[in-house]
Amino acid sequence: MAAHRCGLSLVFILIFSSLACHSSCDSLENANEDTEEKQSVSDTPREVNSDGSIAAEDLNERRGRSTDAELDRRDGTRTSEALTPAAAARDEFQEELVIRPLHSGDIYASFQFRTLWDTDFLQEGQKVSHYRLFPKSLGQVLSKFSVRELHISFTQGFWRTMQWGQPFIPSPPGAELWVWFHDTVSDVDGNWKELTNVLSGIFCASLNFIDLTNTVQPSASFKPLGLGNATDHRFLRYATLPREIVCTENLTPWKKLLPCGSKAGLAVLLKSEKLFHSSFHSQAVHIRPVCQDEQCTSKAWELRQTLNVVFDLYTAGQGKKEWSLFKMFSRTLTEACPLATSSKVYVDITDNPEGELFELSPATPLLSQAVVLGDRRTYSVFDLTRAETFGQLRSLNLLLRWKGDGGEMLRPLLHAERYVAGFGLQTGEIHTVIYNNHPYRAFPVLLMDSVPWYLQLYIHTLTVTSKSRDNKPSYIHYQPAKDRHRPHLLEMLIQLPPHSMTEVTVQFERALLKWTEYTPDPNHGFYVGSSVVSALVPSMVAMNTNFTQDQPLFSSFVPVKEESSYFVRVYTEPLLVNLPTPDFSMPYNVICLTCTVVAVGYGSFYNLLTRTFQVDEPSLPLAKRLANLIRRIRGVPLLT
Amino acid sequence: MGLLSDPSRRKVLTGLLTRLNTPICIVCYLAGIVWFMGLAFEPFTLRTYMSENAMGSTMVLLRGAIMMLVCFCSGMPVEWLVKAMQSRGLEVFTQSFSRKLPFPDENKERYMVRGTNVYGILRAPRAPRTEALVISAPCSPGDSNNQAVGLLLALAQYFRNQVYWAKDIIFLVNEHDLMGTQAWLEAYHHTNITGMEYSPLQGRAGSIQAALSLELSSDVITSLDLILEGLNGQLPNLDLANLFYAFCQKLGVLCTIQGKLQRNDWDTAEGYTHAAQTMMLMVLKQACGRSWGDHGLFLRYHIEAASVRGINSFRHYKTDAATIGRLLEGMVRKLNNLLERLHQSYFFYLLPSLSRFVSIGCYMLAFGLLVVILLLRALDLWVHLGAPALAAPSGPGVLTVLTPVVISHLTGVALYLLPVHLQEMAVEHFPVSETEAVVLTAVAIYTAGLALPHNTQRLLSGEGTEQGWKVLKLTALLYLAVLLGCTALINFSLGFILAVTLVPITASMTPHMPKALSALVMVLLSPAFTVLYCVFIYQELIEAPVSVSEGWMLFLSVISQGILDHALYGSLVYPLLALFIYPCWLMFWNILFWS
Repeated sequence: MAAHRCGLSLVFILIFSSLACHSSCDSLENANEDTEEKQSVSDTPREVNSDGSIAAEDLNERRGRSTDAELDRRDGTRTSEALTPAAAARDEFQEELVIRPLHSGDIYASFQFRTLWDTDFLQEGQKVSHYRLFPKSLGQVLSKFSVRELHISFTQGFWRTMQWGQPFIPSPPGAELWVWFHDTVSDVDGNWKELTNVLSGIFCASLNFIDLTNTVQPSASFKPLGLGNATDHRFLRYATLPREIVCTENLTPWKKLLPCGSKAGLAVLLKSEKLFHSSFHSQAVHIRPVCQDEQCTSKAWELRQTLNVVFDLYTAGQGKKEWSLFKMFSRTLTEACPLATSSKVYVDITDNPEGELFELSPATPLLSQAVVLGDRRTYSVFDLTRAETFGQLRSLNLLLRWKGDGGEMLRPLLHAERYVAGFGLQTGEIHTVIYNNHPYRAFPVLLMDSVPWYLQLYIHTLTVTSKSRDNKPSYIHYQPAKDRHRPHLLEMLIQLPPHSMTEVTVQFERALLKWTEYTPDPNHGFYVGSSVVSALVPSMVAMNTNFTQDQPLFSSFVPVKEESSYFVRVYTEPLLVNLPTPDFSMPYNVICLTCTVVAVGYGSFYNLLTRTFQVDEPSLPLAKRLANLIRRIRGVPLLT
Repeated sequence: MGLLSDPSRRKVLTGLLTRLNTPICIVCYLAGIVWFMGLAFEPFTLRTYMSENAMGSTMVLLRGAIMMLVCFCSGMPVEWLVKAMQSRGLEVFTQSFSRKLPFPDENKERYMVRGTNVYGILRAPRAPRTEALVISAPCSPGDSNNQAVGLLLALAQYFRNQVYWAKDIIFLVNEHDLMGTQAWLEAYHHTNITGMEYSPLQGRAGSIQAALSLELSSDVITSLDLILEGLNGQLPNLDLANLFYAFCQKLGVLCTIQGKLQRNDWDTAEGYTHAAQTMMLMVLKQACGRSWGDHGLFLRYHIEAASVRGINSFRHYKTDAATIGRLLEGMVRKLNNLLERLHQSYFFYLLPSLSRFVSIGCYMLAFGLLVVILLLRALDLWVHLGAPALAAPSGPGVLTVLTPVVISHLTGVALYLLPVHLQEMAVEHFPVSETEAVVLTAVAIYTAGLALPHNTQRLLSGEGTEQGWKVLKLTALLYLAVLLGCTALINFSLGFILAVTLVPITASMTPHMPKALSALVMVLLSPAFTVLYCVFIYQELIEAPVSVSEGWMLFLSVISQGILDHALYGSLVYPLLALFIYPCWLMFWNILFWS
């Protein structure tokens, strides 16, 4: 053992000297993040094993010690399990990174972190106060507001379905939040308002702008993804903020929720300067109750943190068609998160069976197959909990060398887009176009549109046409807007004929707002959130319906009910609509003033011009009038 | 107001107004003209300045090393363009369109138009497809705009490698210049205002914030000309012109407007004449209401747009393509920085040079002085009609006034409708081409309208009374005043030019003047002759004077262009002249021959 260590330390000295530059910048950042880490540690009192305490230590030391850590790991986990009291709820943490070379030549990296906890916050009379892996800040929120299921996503950019295919977990541009409350909640709106404000603080986002004017209760589009069969949509709240800009300040609190923070495991790759130098960035938190085991006798809570990012081949590649973890994230992987039970990197090599499209190194003998989004995919798997993954250099730097060219556009089976038609500032028309590119299968989709009240929809102009024929939706749920109180909600179940384009149009009138209701930049326009198309798309291969724990995370998010189809949600682009806007500037005031003056002046002028005047008899002095009175009595002529 | 409520003083005032009416009118007219000509005098104008903060303070760093490509277009190389754009990493789409013109366009030799637009969208990273900018280059048959297409592709390649884009950028290569743009814009906004047939667009990028159109007609480019005049005299926000001027200054590129360079010697007669000529050219171009470049059609959709045309007319200067590329890069980057649509600066202005402008507050006064004459004359007539001494026992019947009004307008409708609809019949019976048939029919109907007074008189039952023509003239004066006022609000230049020629005759016309002489003056100042004069003045100003016969041919082609612009792009000048201005003029013609 000692000799072994000695040899390894020699190797490490060599590595250290070659990586001197790299690690010195690391240690700098490490120092910066120390404070942050301490805070998160104090937030969530966790059992940190010997190798989990690396956070506060220098990286150089970590490199030297990591062999010990690795060797100790198995004992460590065993001891920690042994130490855990039998009564305390079991929890586990898994992390996963999927790298998919996209059709267009871009690279899609999808992180998923899952924390499972066999406990129930919502049980009566039981107060959960001991947190280990599950973040306490979220747990407290869940129990306080009786949340059954919570999904929140922050996205910067638009997922290009035509070039990239379907994402593992879709999300609309901006922020999206949907929550199922427990059916014991009496004041759902009150809870919702408080919850959005609390989440706004947790994620440093403008979620506090969610109020009743942009909240809807979809009747069919958003079913709970976890356990339970809730159908009463009174307990559901859905809101989007298409204007929300996602940045580092949202990423940092998100990273803090992870058991290892960004200190170890896959999360070391999450460096904001690289993540926000991409074509698409989306981070999300999904909390839901799931089954503990296959028999589903008891409930467990699942927290899934996902982060999806697409890197652009052109702008970041600098001419070379080559990708590596280091190029993408300016980091390489050196270890798994010590608290994780599984830590894996998957690389999609389905389109590359013979290595003609790209070359992947280091090669791995581990292959895994999974059925994802109606397609059987093959993945190379790198298990970070195994020492041999890191090879001689004790670090994993995946390298992809492109050979092919960026291909033509894809034709995904389901695809949707939306735009505003017409010109001028009075009326307009929202067009939603949904494509079914399946050659012979028709399938129904649920379209959900939530339109702010200031676009007054003319619902009688709603038309649905496919193949230039009228297509009658089999289900329509429409809730008209109330000015300044509630948005429009339109949900429709539409049957899409095979190989067709279905166009949904509805006309609207642009409302004239009160002058205090305009945003500070009224000429930018007003956002209308994405419409949501949810569908069960016919699958090419049989979907995997049985629930197993060792499925990769990316393929197990949406529960699959039947073999022949899979669930897809497509978000269209948000709309930017210009409303009639007064000119909020000096000339505007001048015009107002002049108009007032002209109106007043013109009124009196017109009055005088059109009136005919007559000379009035001057009234007589009092004495003369008295004299006249006497004269009238006397019957003599009057004085004038 | 005591002045007006006191009957005796009021009488004095009206007396003064009626007595001094003619001198006041003459003074107003002269003052209006002088004021207008004074607008070009530099001390009276304002220096242009950037109002938009997003474009002003943040200077962008230009480092575009742009290679010039030359593509040899013969017609529209659709496939080649698609490939070229795809290889530069854009999302490429095509759109085909077709249109049958109402009659053959002899200037551009087209009748059945079929074409394809190619456009590529550069998707901005991390942007949700809500905003876009457009850079367009018309690709016409022959090699007249090759350089622009080449530059467009080079820009696309360079832009694709940059990370700072916040708005999607659409690179549009349109065939058949304006028609392609029209088809593309209509498809993008899913409207159909002109009956064009086009295939729907497959890719969109949200609401378009601004557009630039490139026209580089020769290999050697000495200077860049900025074209602003759009459809129906609409102009883009002045900040767009400021932006162009600022970058030209920065990069040392020679820039012109109306093809005229800026001069610094405003205090000399030449300097003033130069500025006045530049402004007059702008007024004439704006008045004709057609789109002078591809940008003009964008304005309808509230998209600020301008055309940049490279010209080769100044020796000793040469601007290389890299500089033009940098200029465009700078402009696009500044537009990319915009947080709101361009709205801070003026939408109504005249430019005597690129660095000076006249705002609406200044030039409207010139127009106001002209139109007030009509109101003064109307007031005068009103007072005369109201005077009890002249009042006839029974006022003129409604019929006496209504008949000429209706008949004049019917003539106007005929002038608007018949030329296009009767072209087949005309071609059958006369040895002329379709285009000639349309134009000559229009001229014929216009001339036939002059015989109207006799027909109107025949319809009327009794003799025309003194009272009758006065009521008719009062109506016509107010009508013209409203008409010109509304026109000037939308298109100042058109309103002003019409006012200059129409106001003198309409203000002075009575049946008691010498018939032959006044008839001649009236015809010489009629709307058609106004157009003719404009043609001559325009040719004079662009330093290409024409002889009378050439001028006449140009005049005919201007008429056909006007009708075509109306049919193809929805220009409103021809209908305005045919349906309103000409009937209004006919009403005065009627008064002259009142018996």
